[in-house]
Amino acid sequence: MKEMSIQKEIIDDFKVLDGDLEMTLNYLMELGEKLDVFNEKDKKEENIVKGCQSKVWLTYKKSEDKLFFSGDSNTAITKGLLSLLIRIFSGKSCKEILDTKLFFIGDIGLNRFIGTQRSNGLESMENKFRIIALSNK
Amino acid sequence: MNSFPINSIRKDFPILKSKINNHDLVYFDNAATTQKPQSVIDSISNYYEKYNSNIHRGVHSLAEKATNEFEKTRTKIKKFINAKSNTEIVFTRGTTEGINLISSSLGKYKFSEGDEIIISEMEHHSNIVPWQMIAKEKNLKLNMINVTDEGKIDLNDFKNIISSKTKLVSLVHISNTLGTVNPIKEIVEICNTNNIISVIDGAQASAHSVIDVQNINCDFYVLSAHKMYGPTGVGVVYGKEKLLEEMPPYMGGGEMIKEVKFSGTSYNDLPYKFEAGTPNIGDVIGFKEAINYIENLGKDQIIQYEDKLRDYAQKELNSIDGFRIIGNSENKIGIFSFTIENFHYYDLGLLLDAKGIAVRTGHHCTQPLMDKYNLDGTARVSLALYNTEEEVDFFVDSVKNLLNR
Ligand SMILES: Cc1ncc(COP(=O)(O)O)c(C=O)c1O
Repeated sequence: MKEMSIQKEIIDDFKVLDGDLEMTLNYLMELGEKLDVFNEKDKKEENIVKGCQSKVWLTYKKSEDKLFFSGDSNTAITKGLLSLLIRIFSGKSCKEILDTKLFFIGDIGLNRFIGTQRSNGLESMENKFRIIALSNK
Repeated sequence: MNSFPINSIRKDFPILKSKINNHDLVYFDNAATTQKPQSVIDSISNYYEKYNSNIHRGVHSLAEKATNEFEKTRTKIKKFINAKSNTEIVFTRGTTEGINLISSSLGKYKFSEGDEIIISEMEHHSNIVPWQMIAKEKNLKLNMINVTDEGKIDLNDFKNIISSKTKLVSLVHISNTLGTVNPIKEIVEICNTNNIISVIDGAQASAHSVIDVQNINCDFYVLSAHKMYGPTGVGVVYGKEKLLEEMPPYMGGGEMIKEVKFSGTSYNDLPYKFEAGTPNIGDVIGFKEAINYIENLGKDQIIQYEDKLRDYAQKELNSIDGFRIIGNSENKIGIFSFTIENFHYYDLGLLLDAKGIAVRTGHHCTQPLMDKYNLDGTARVSLALYNTEEEVDFFVDSVKNLLNR
């Protein structure tokens, strides 16, 4: 149930923007800027998320049975989206990650990132989290 | 100049009234596809409402009307590009299909192992991949002419890579990424003196420059209706009759035959030999209205207006900090591929969309060109006859605001 509440939090955070696309994109970029600095050394082939128009890197650390992610992107908006996924998935066990269904994206007015070409970015990011979880199970 | 009726033109294109994300639409993605005037839209629905019927084979009135209207487009485009005869005009789905038609058909008999084909570094994937396919199949060599740093064809390089084995040159008239207008007449002349088949990709040129295939004297000229205010799904291959005559059909089926027997089939006359199956009748009919639209305004007037808009845009765009235009030939149309320092084109495209501005981002189907300039993509503004200086101002102000964010 915990991941439900994180997604609900995100939806609440975006609510004040009232679906305004420009403000939503700006807010996303701000969120991206707040991500922890990504280690340049980790920008290598095996950490690249395939299928994005922009470049995305994702790594993780395992502590006890929980995974902690860090990531980066060369585009500000994708980095913002990535920061949301990190917020949702970080600190969870592999099983929790695999059990988490994402529903927030349509509720924050970013439907455009699902089901179109652009979305491949989001879907492949999501998949990368799940693949990491699977391989650590 | 002042007489160019821009206000009434804008009213002719219903989509320009749209609001996108609460802003007036600024449509700067014309190199991908242009918008359609009401007359084109009306003629297509009129066809479906009043005389939808399959063409060429019917004896009834609807079939006759549809056939006549369909064939009127052929006559229209023949005059528009100054072909000699209607038999030289083959309808396709678009430029891509046109180039595939030429490469597959010629590939069946024209090339033998070791022959060479020349394209350039600035070609659209549609003018690369079909040649790669035929080169692989027939063991041909595919050469690319260098493009200079300014974005021009390197003519010396072209002259150097021509050899006695060169059988065909296929080149873009106007680059969809750089906007460069290539010296195709000069290039075709070199081809003709060396007995080399010439193919010109006119996808970007047909709406923005005067096309005279007899003057160019190329063997093939290929275009897409949707880039010239016409419908999607229609294109034209112009080919010199002598070549089209000797070429085998591209597809087999109905319409392209004279007589079918199990012992063998004889093919129909030109151009029907290359038009197997029921064509895109309604959209071909709509295409006629697009050409009418251009002709009514006058191509010279359009070009004059677009040139002035191009110059204005070039000056204003260069006032943006960190703005770099890729493609600076002195002979170019209003296509501006650009990068902005520390601003990824993907972010830029999305942020501009939030202001109602449509630009294209990515590699524009010209990956070899992107590689050449060491770019993974650009944003691109491409202008058309209904764009205005005010729209350019709004674009420039919007980008400047984003940079000051
Ligand atoms: C120069 C050029 N060639 C070919 C094409 C392909 O045209 P179509 O997609 O209509 O087949 C395009 C379209 O973007 C183009 O700009």
